[in-house]
Amino acid sequence: MESFSLILAIVVVTALAFDFTNGFHDTANAMATTISTGALKPKVAVAMSATLNLVGAFLSVEVANTISKGLVDESGIRPEVIFAALVGAILWNLVTWLVGLPSSSSHALMGGLIGATIASAGTGAVHGDVLVTKVLLPAVAAPIVAGVAAMLATRFSYTLSRNSDGKAADKGFRVGQIASAGLVSLAHGTNDAQKTMGIITLALIAGGSIAPDSDPPTWVILSAGLAIAMGTYIGGWRIIRTMGKGLTDLRPQQGFAAQTSAAAVILASSHIGFSLSTTHAVSGSVMGAGLGRKGGVVRWSTATRMFVAWGLTLPAAALVGALAESVTDLGDWGTALVAVFLIASSTAIWIVSRRQVVDASNVNEFEEPAGVVTAAIAAVTPPPSVALSEGLTATIPSPPVTPAPVVKSDPATPPAAAV
Amino acid sequence: MHIDWAALGSVFGVSLVVTVALVAVFTLGITALSRRERATAQGDSATLALTGAYACFAACAAAVAYGIYIIVA
Repeated sequence: MESFSLILAIVVVTALAFDFTNGFHDTANAMATTISTGALKPKVAVAMSATLNLVGAFLSVEVANTISKGLVDESGIRPEVIFAALVGAILWNLVTWLVGLPSSSSHALMGGLIGATIASAGTGAVHGDVLVTKVLLPAVAAPIVAGVAAMLATRFSYTLSRNSDGKAADKGFRVGQIASAGLVSLAHGTNDAQKTMGIITLALIAGGSIAPDSDPPTWVILSAGLAIAMGTYIGGWRIIRTMGKGLTDLRPQQGFAAQTSAAAVILASSHIGFSLSTTHAVSGSVMGAGLGRKGGVVRWSTATRMFVAWGLTLPAAALVGALAESVTDLGDWGTALVAVFLIASSTAIWIVSRRQVVDASNVNEFEEPAGVVTAAIAAVTPPPSVALSEGLTATIPSPPVTPAPVVKSDPATPPAAAV
Repeated sequence: MHIDWAALGSVFGVSLVVTVALVAVFTLGITALSRRERATAQGDSATLALTGAYACFAACAAAVAYGIYIIVA
């Protein structure tokens, strides 16, 4: 920490800000199904997830050491590039949160990193094949793997439990679900908090503050763990709503199958070494569990919007990252400009979100039992996706209504014209 | 470009087997519990069902413990 320049400080703060958005963006992964089935009250759920995230952050530094290696050439990276990458990732996280769509924070981060690197060092510095094998293929594979597993598990589970009655069974499945959700939280802490640690460490190395190949310093581990836990505790309620209620209606038995499948996929993938995104795995398993129950439905309109968001994550974050990097390249005032832009747009997004929260969501009703909140959420959720088509059908019947005034006014107009 | 299909395949296989097995075992445990509940309601004893349920949940707990071990290791 001997030479700790201003730009390094900015990068560290921005990285922690990204970590925070990562936390509240991904609360849904672990806790959305737990909240929507009523296994845990919303606030208890996020508190548990936050704690496990924090614990997870201290468990290992494996992921932190791999984030920088492989995807981009580390030698040409300056702190400004990392800053630009983080700007792209944070903004994309905030935008998807605003519209309530789950999307991969790691894709946003990689996108920002790729965009900023291209703007800084040209396309040669990005390894295209790594992009395909580590980003694109997993994004397609994760929801399929998790979805198929969850669907079969749900179907099998319903077959096995034909003869058991509802109440005791529901209670049992809720407990089981809490356990698998806890595992997902823990895995998320070890994975995602470490991504930020990796980024900060990369910046410190790039800025010459610590020696290459060093492990993350303790203060980095501590602050990254705290930032992600705080973000998780704040809770990305919009995304939780989409994931828990928007995609399908989950009963405790399905929620258990979904969360178990997600936990199994995440752990298997990180253990075997074919890294899959938590968000993609959980979304897939929720949909699979939805399809697995007889009479269960998946709301494909919401799912489609989510898939589109996944497709856009990398290019959008890359574009913002590239633009930010081009501006920071202009000098210190450029960096300052990007920082101001980041703060201004984040504030703007937050203000917009407050406006919608007041009339649409139930952020202030967390004290209510989960059933009430989720029932209210269920009543609120359909409109966003249906709103468009409803608006259309509302305008189609309206022409028969509007001609009436026109006919009425017709007699009034000729006299006016006559005069 | 090198795509590690073997790794992807084993992730798929392992996830599928583990998920289905875990959910099935847990469901069996739940079923056993509710069977015991019905039995005690009728005044019968259902030690076998209870033992079965505990065995199932113990298996699930072991799986969770292994999951934590994987995360830590």
